[in-house]
Amino acid sequence: MEIQDLKIKAAQIRQDLLTIIHRAKTGHTGGSLSNTDILTALYYEIMNIDVANPKWEERDRFVASKGHSVESLWCILADRGFFPKEELKTYSQFGTRLIGHPNNKVPGIEMNTGALGHGLPISVGMALAAKRDGRSYRVFCLMGDGEQAEGSNWEAAMAGAHYKLDNLVGIIDRNGLQISGTTEEVMGLEPLEEKWAAFGWNVISIDGNSMEELVQTFRNVPEIEGKPTLVLANTIKGKGVSFAEGVPGWHHHVPNDEELERGLTELQQKIDELSGEGQVK
Amino acid sequence: MNKIPNRQVICETLLSLAKEDRDIMVLASDSRGSAAMAPFAAAYPEQFVEVGIAEQNIVGISAGLAHSGKKPFVTSPACFLSMRSIEQIKVDVAYSGTNVKLIGISGGVSYGALGMSHHSVQDIAVARAIPGLMVLLPADRHETKKMTEALVQHNGGAYVRIGRTAVEDVYSSDDYPFEIGKAVTLREGSDITLIGAGETVRIILDAAELLQQAGVKARVLNMHTIKPLDEEAIIAAARETGGIITVEEHSVFGGLGAAVAEVVVQNQPVPMKVLGIPDEPAIAGKTAEVFEHYGLTPGNINKIALELINK
Repeated sequence: MEIQDLKIKAAQIRQDLLTIIHRAKTGHTGGSLSNTDILTALYYEIMNIDVANPKWEERDRFVASKGHSVESLWCILADRGFFPKEELKTYSQFGTRLIGHPNNKVPGIEMNTGALGHGLPISVGMALAAKRDGRSYRVFCLMGDGEQAEGSNWEAAMAGAHYKLDNLVGIIDRNGLQISGTTEEVMGLEPLEEKWAAFGWNVISIDGNSMEELVQTFRNVPEIEGKPTLVLANTIKGKGVSFAEGVPGWHHHVPNDEELERGLTELQQKIDELSGEGQVK
Repeated sequence: MNKIPNRQVICETLLSLAKEDRDIMVLASDSRGSAAMAPFAAAYPEQFVEVGIAEQNIVGISAGLAHSGKKPFVTSPACFLSMRSIEQIKVDVAYSGTNVKLIGISGGVSYGALGMSHHSVQDIAVARAIPGLMVLLPADRHETKKMTEALVQHNGGAYVRIGRTAVEDVYSSDDYPFEIGKAVTLREGSDITLIGAGETVRIILDAAELLQQAGVKARVLNMHTIKPLDEEAIIAAARETGGIITVEEHSVFGGLGAAVAEVVVQNQPVPMKVLGIPDEPAIAGKTAEVFEHYGLTPGNINKIALELINK
């Protein structure tokens, strides 16, 4: 897709995720909004997938290690046609497949996640299997920045470098906020870039809400043969909804009727602008 | 006297199967020596993965490998594998439905002198509470071989606990039917039933021999699969022998005895004795000394059986 169309798509996904969270009265709004651009780039432009054949052996794999921000993923999988869009209405309802974390009973989800610090070790296993089998697929693993405090990430970071998994792409949604405040207040992560580099990864720091930078970066991975890549995607929590941006409380704040309306309107204005319709005003 | 520890049998069995089945993989956490997997690592480097001392990582990586069609066998000390990585076992293996076999080596009080950190006497309770995870303990080298072969065939998660040193044979050969989830009746008897799992099976067989000398016919059940449990065999034993003694190298909380008691009390209540490791700080010593200390011996089992029968 063209960059412009990807941006429009991301805004539409943000509208959808606000809507399902509002309807269900539960969800992780802030983190889903911050990672929407990353997921949009991956699912509409970068990853080699076949919606009609979700288990196609050569597909690129995506593991959502920060599983709580699943709402953007549900909306994208529905929009891509992995399951009917109508099913989004069941999000978080009793007995649904679309629970508050990735669930591999749903086509398009590789692994169940939710407990933090699990995604990267799993992704190392997937990437290692590809190497041992001589397959060319890539594995993308999206982590949170607060999640970096889990030690298992660093065990996996060591293994990824040790086994020279250049088919492995770790992405950190670096929005700087977690439930209790800023990541630096809760458990300081900086210098995060240097830490990953010291573990033997090729680190690329980008604006994680810039579609241009995301697409450009993911297209060029791996940059260095034999090195796994860590994309430090600097994002804004709550991105795209002005009054949620950078506000820690929106981690799992559910928009009320008025907030939903305002959010949807803002995003629609963005879509209109991008479509060339908003400029006349 | 058997000199072959069960861990070595697992390695030999996997070695022979891996030639034909290139999806079989062995993972170690700096444990290829203690798991006796060095020969596998040498023979099939492409089917071996060293993860280093990282038990959370070894389970996560195995789940990723299994997701890609591999048949990973994780070999790591039971005390760490069963508890340090239990969340990965719950989420990445059981919940995600991946085909990972977790082989807890040197389980129970195998590392007797190393203290509580290295004793693994809560693993059965923990593993048993995870939905869909099979829990198995082979009794001797013959059963270990058959169990390993069955696990390669089975698609799903399992926790297997074995000890460290060679144990006396229970079977004279591997020429007997083995089925996951089906207890083996090693001795018929109608006066009382002795149930063991793993390395306590040899002990209850010896206890049954002592009871025989006292004129008591003890039924002996090898409950090699604790989950799924052979409820039918337990109910029949309760009904036909009127009393049950379980013997396990595990805490008396949540292990073999608890599992059997749950079935007995809800189906065919009979007097029971649960012998195992009591709820107290670990005592250090050689495995045999620890067993002796807690009365996990043929002599003590014989004594308790006679008391139970005469009640």
